[in-house]
Amino acid sequence: MDVLTLLGQMLNTTLVFSTALIFAALGGIFSERSGVVNIGLEGLMMFGAFAAAVGGYYAQDAGYAGMAPWIGVLCAMAVGVIGALIHAFASITFKADQTISGTVINFLAAGSTLYLVKLLFEGAGETPLIDGFYKYKVPVLSEIPVLGPGLFNSYPTTYLAIILVIVVYYLLFKTPFGLRLRAVGEHPSAADTLGVNVNRMRYIGVMLSGMLAGIGGATITLTTTGTFAHNTISGQGFIAIAAMIFGKWNPLGAFGAAVFFGFSQAIRNYVQQFGWSQDIPQEFIYMIPYVLTIIVLVSAVGRSSAPSALGQPYDPSKR
Amino acid sequence: MNKFKKIFATDSYIVPLVAILLGFLVGAIVMLIGGYDPIAAYGALFKRVFGSPYDFGEAIREMTPLMLTGLSVAFAFRSGLFNIGADGQVLIGMTAASLIGIKWAGLPLFLLVPLAVIGAGLCGGLWAGIAGYLKAKRGINEVITTIMLNWIALFLANYIVRNFLLIPGQNRSEDIPASISMTFLNSFFDNARLHWGTIIALAAAVFFYIYLWKTKQGFEMRAVGLNPHAAEYAGMNVGRNVMKSMFIAGVFAGLAGAGEVLGVFHYQAVFAGSPGYGFDGIAVALLGLTHPFGVILAAILYGMLTYGSAGMSFNADVPPELIRIVIGSIIFFIAAQGIVRWVLKPFYFKRKKEKVL
Repeated sequence: MDVLTLLGQMLNTTLVFSTALIFAALGGIFSERSGVVNIGLEGLMMFGAFAAAVGGYYAQDAGYAGMAPWIGVLCAMAVGVIGALIHAFASITFKADQTISGTVINFLAAGSTLYLVKLLFEGAGETPLIDGFYKYKVPVLSEIPVLGPGLFNSYPTTYLAIILVIVVYYLLFKTPFGLRLRAVGEHPSAADTLGVNVNRMRYIGVMLSGMLAGIGGATITLTTTGTFAHNTISGQGFIAIAAMIFGKWNPLGAFGAAVFFGFSQAIRNYVQQFGWSQDIPQEFIYMIPYVLTIIVLVSAVGRSSAPSALGQPYDPSKR
Repeated sequence: MNKFKKIFATDSYIVPLVAILLGFLVGAIVMLIGGYDPIAAYGALFKRVFGSPYDFGEAIREMTPLMLTGLSVAFAFRSGLFNIGADGQVLIGMTAASLIGIKWAGLPLFLLVPLAVIGAGLCGGLWAGIAGYLKAKRGINEVITTIMLNWIALFLANYIVRNFLLIPGQNRSEDIPASISMTFLNSFFDNARLHWGTIIALAAAVFFYIYLWKTKQGFEMRAVGLNPHAAEYAGMNVGRNVMKSMFIAGVFAGLAGAGEVLGVFHYQAVFAGSPGYGFDGIAVALLGLTHPFGVILAAILYGMLTYGSAGMSFNADVPPELIRIVIGSIIFFIAAQGIVRWVLKPFYFKRKKEKVL
């Protein structure tokens, strides 16, 4: 296989693996920029993956085969928001410890999704296989060498994720809404003084995170597995959290980190094709992304710059 | 005695109790919606745990690693650190115990067994210490490093088992001659796999309590957890406390790993994915309000529920995943104490009126 084809293929696989992480990490940014820790991304992705599998299945069953994946994505968004509302309700309204209520989301998601799968599909351990998305070739652009087969022959969700990175960046840093969201996460009492409704902004932030993490989970069922089972989401939510921190709570940074994690997952599939890799134990190849992350953090990034009011419930009486 | 009263006088125990009841209630409602019989299901759950000496012993076996991973997460929490890495620390502890137990099998057992246990604790501690070091010296968020270290530990453990300890053709290590099983209890508990790890876990909880609340070093650690800036201003070395705290947290998790391979399985498997000890540990620590004795109680509850859930699915046909909804709800109600207080409000008012009279 010549190098250019290989590069194109690797880029393509990288993006497939990154897509879910990009969505979830962007979601995490919305929540944490508003000052609410979201350790529940894993659970929210699970909700999304489940909803997409079930919604997609019933849509397919009802004869809307072409639309089924999109209906799945819509279901995932809705269920993700509902899951996030539990987190918001506990941590914003009732001032619960945000780490704890995020953990609750992970538990409720792991329990309720599998419970429902068994309930809906007569005790089966996973949902029936559905078709999911197909790759879409962008006319003209897909003829470009490397980039063409790599980027412009991807799943629709991948395009959506990349567009969303720019949209979220614009929203956060160039609009009044973004300014308010960030203000609420940096200095809620100052924001409150200026007339920003702190709790409402935080609710919006957390709900957006549920929506995006839900889509992230949905992309895994709709582009990779085709079903939802107990191991469909296995740690991707935590990797997304790592990508968000790695990217310093910035959409562009998180995008870069997510692609990096996606690349290192993709590289596993390719490195075995080379002769020299036979001498390296496969476990060490699997370790590469995680070791590299730590090395990069140590050498380049240094102190992470979390929003300063992250983790603190807002209490106007303590202003 | 006064102190004893003080512990129980506050509502510190009422809220968790009500939260547990509410959690079971949520589980019951979910079962009713799904068309199951909650009373039969909960009955089956408790019957599974208390039904036979064997099952009771196995339930204790299930609680043991939960106690230690719970203590691990809780200890780090007390000094302001979020240890998501207990999972990896357990794996490293397991691997160290297996490695020592198999490779130094020539040693007399009275030396080999303590060596394996101590080795597991030390290696778990050092593994967590990496995250502590990076946090202290480089300011790198421990959440991200412990997540990464979990994956690295998984692959490292598998590498070591596959290359140095494997029985050819199988996906597990050789049998480990070193054992911490409490075989003298076999006749009482019908050969349930009880081991000394349980005693180690209880001792760890006592150590946790004494260290944090009765020593100067523990005071510093809690100060760092409450407000690192103030602690630094008061002349405390924040970085050193961070490293020490992660190390001790890792030791607890490493000991949990030793218990699993030396006491329960007597071999180490190649893991396809994260075994999940650490994530259970987070739940247990939160359920126990990050207090050592609370963690022990929480591990008992959590262990009972997870062990009993198998009986629930076998006898009442309820998916065992339901128990995660129950546990999640309990943690939810403990975290959002406002809801519990709201439920309790009518009772509180009554009591106050009585006092006035």
